Amino acid sequence: MLRFILTRVAMAAVTFLGITALSFFLIRAVPGDPVQVRAGERGITPERHAELMHEMGLDRPVSVQFFSYIGEVLQGDLGASTTTRRPVLSEFLKLFPATLELGLCAMIFAVVLGIPAGILAATNRSSPIDHGIMGASLTGYSMPIFWWGLLLILIFSVGLGWTPVSGRISAMYYVESKTGFMLIDSLMSDEKGAFVSALRALILPTIVLGTIPLAVIARMTRSAMLEVLSEDYIRTARAKGLGVKRVIGLHALRNALIPVVTVIGLQVGTLLGGAILTETVFAWPGVGKWLVEAINRRDYPTLQGGVLLVATLVIVVNLLVDLAYGLLDPRIRHVK
Amino acid sequence: MTAPSLQETRAPALPAKPPGPFLEFWRSFSANKGALTGLIVIVLIALVAIFADVIAPHSPIDQDRAAFLVPPFWQDGGTLAYPLGTDDIGRDILSRLIHGARLSMMIGLIVVTLSLALGLLLGLAAGFFGGIVDTAIMRLLDIMLALPSLLLAIVVVAILGPGLVNAMVAVSIVTLPHYSRLMRAAVLSQIRRPYVTASRVAGAGTFRLMFATILPNCMAPLIVQATLGFSTAILDAAALGFLGLGAQPPTPEWGTMLASSLQFLQRAWWVVTFPGLAILITVLAFNLLGDGLRDALDPRLKR
Repeated sequence: MLRFILTRVAMAAVTFLGITALSFFLIRAVPGDPVQVRAGERGITPERHAELMHEMGLDRPVSVQFFSYIGEVLQGDLGASTTTRRPVLSEFLKLFPATLELGLCAMIFAVVLGIPAGILAATNRSSPIDHGIMGASLTGYSMPIFWWGLLLILIFSVGLGWTPVSGRISAMYYVESKTGFMLIDSLMSDEKGAFVSALRALILPTIVLGTIPLAVIARMTRSAMLEVLSEDYIRTARAKGLGVKRVIGLHALRNALIPVVTVIGLQVGTLLGGAILTETVFAWPGVGKWLVEAINRRDYPTLQGGVLLVATLVIVVNLLVDLAYGLLDPRIRHVK
Repeated sequence: MTAPSLQETRAPALPAKPPGPFLEFWRSFSANKGALTGLIVIVLIALVAIFADVIAPHSPIDQDRAAFLVPPFWQDGGTLAYPLGTDDIGRDILSRLIHGARLSMMIGLIVVTLSLALGLLLGLAAGFFGGIVDTAIMRLLDIMLALPSLLLAIVVVAILGPGLVNAMVAVSIVTLPHYSRLMRAAVLSQIRRPYVTASRVAGAGTFRLMFATILPNCMAPLIVQATLGFSTAILDAAALGFLGLGAQPPTPEWGTMLASSLQFLQRAWWVVTFPGLAILITVLAFNLLGDGLRDALDPRLKR
């Protein structure tokens, strides 16, 4: 077991190092050096250029720069944004709760609808219910989610006026940020109606971001369930006279859920990628929108730090899923 | 709710003469209505793409200054001259969608070709040589997979600069690891087979073993992935276009068309609705086809 854990941790560490290298070279692969990029169209004299290059340590050999970059990263120093001049890490931490809140809600939405839908499809195999659910989930899986967001805004915000077009809460309310989670902050504030406003703002982005994970989870649950239902112990359970509910709910579901849980863990990357589009559509002040704005402003330190942080998050979550899977299923541990 | 059948129905008795591999594939494939629908839709879109110049009623970039934001023909104020309406600078939406089909099919084709070729080579090398080559390639792919694909594509575009060609390069790089992993797994399942050993003993060189002996037997999963790759390519390229990082205006790329539509949400639903519908239908068709191909080509899934 220890060996399994150490191998996986070492592999994750290598991946992290690779991502660090990627983000290090990212800023160097951009045409023009960082000083020129920062100077932009204003231009800069050669003397001042050399001075700044020296100040930023960019006149040192690349290998020296790379190791000092790794040192800085490990100490949590990811540089400063060229637009706001604030440290990238603190910008990220300020915006991340908004993305986390949206991502968690999207995941809950996907799990709560996806698992029952998958079970329903599997237990009614080849029936109109099965075809309907699978058709819907393939459509969800094929959805350009930025357009899906626009369409929902068109119907529910513009057409019916049920939900706001963008943002996390109506401008009527001022909610002090304590936890960064708008639902919790608005609940704790004295403003009446703030919580409902925050909830309404969250509905459409949740659906949009949750659509692809929902489709993936429904499909995965169905196929895992179908596999389990053909096992001998299910036949035994049926043969000894257990009711359908007990066989499916207890015997089958428990075993079918293992691959589903893995898939749920692996959706973190999908969620963070989807957050870029969802947050842009709904003007949601999170990490995804921040990254897109960083590109449009040519704010490379922000992009560099943001990419590193997002990738680290994915690596850590994947590692945890991997380890949990190894704990649950001994067969995984022993496969080299 | 009916109880699940606990026993699979038996397959019908085999015909007297076993069908050839293609006929067997086609029987299995054409029994799948979804896959057949997908194939028909793709053929139609491909025809539209090829004959875009003939079919499109207008030029995709010509602006009619007398017809800004004209609604579709069935609405008040709509005209059959612009069946799906016009955008904010008087361009015919239908014509832009038709030319967009050409772009999307081209994006799919180029991205899949690039990523399949590169991914296949990497996967083949990793599986065939093993050892340090395998470890190096697989770690590299792990790094690429640690980033959400859209974010990695954004990083590549940030380095290369926005534009349709760079977006295609970015999406190719992003989708490449999937082919490599499939290819490597397929190679590993073949390399110990007797026919490979026989070929090696008969004196086949490394290249012959890799490309002539092993590769043809690894193609089935790659064909499926390539079909699904079309949908990823079209979807990701459209997402980049939507973010302003892909094809640039006035190119009639579907995602790019949506980027500028945000401001017309309140008064011109058609500008927002149709390009997205085109993306959805195309991507769905490729996913249906891919699923059908997988069921027909993968013997393990055959009932």
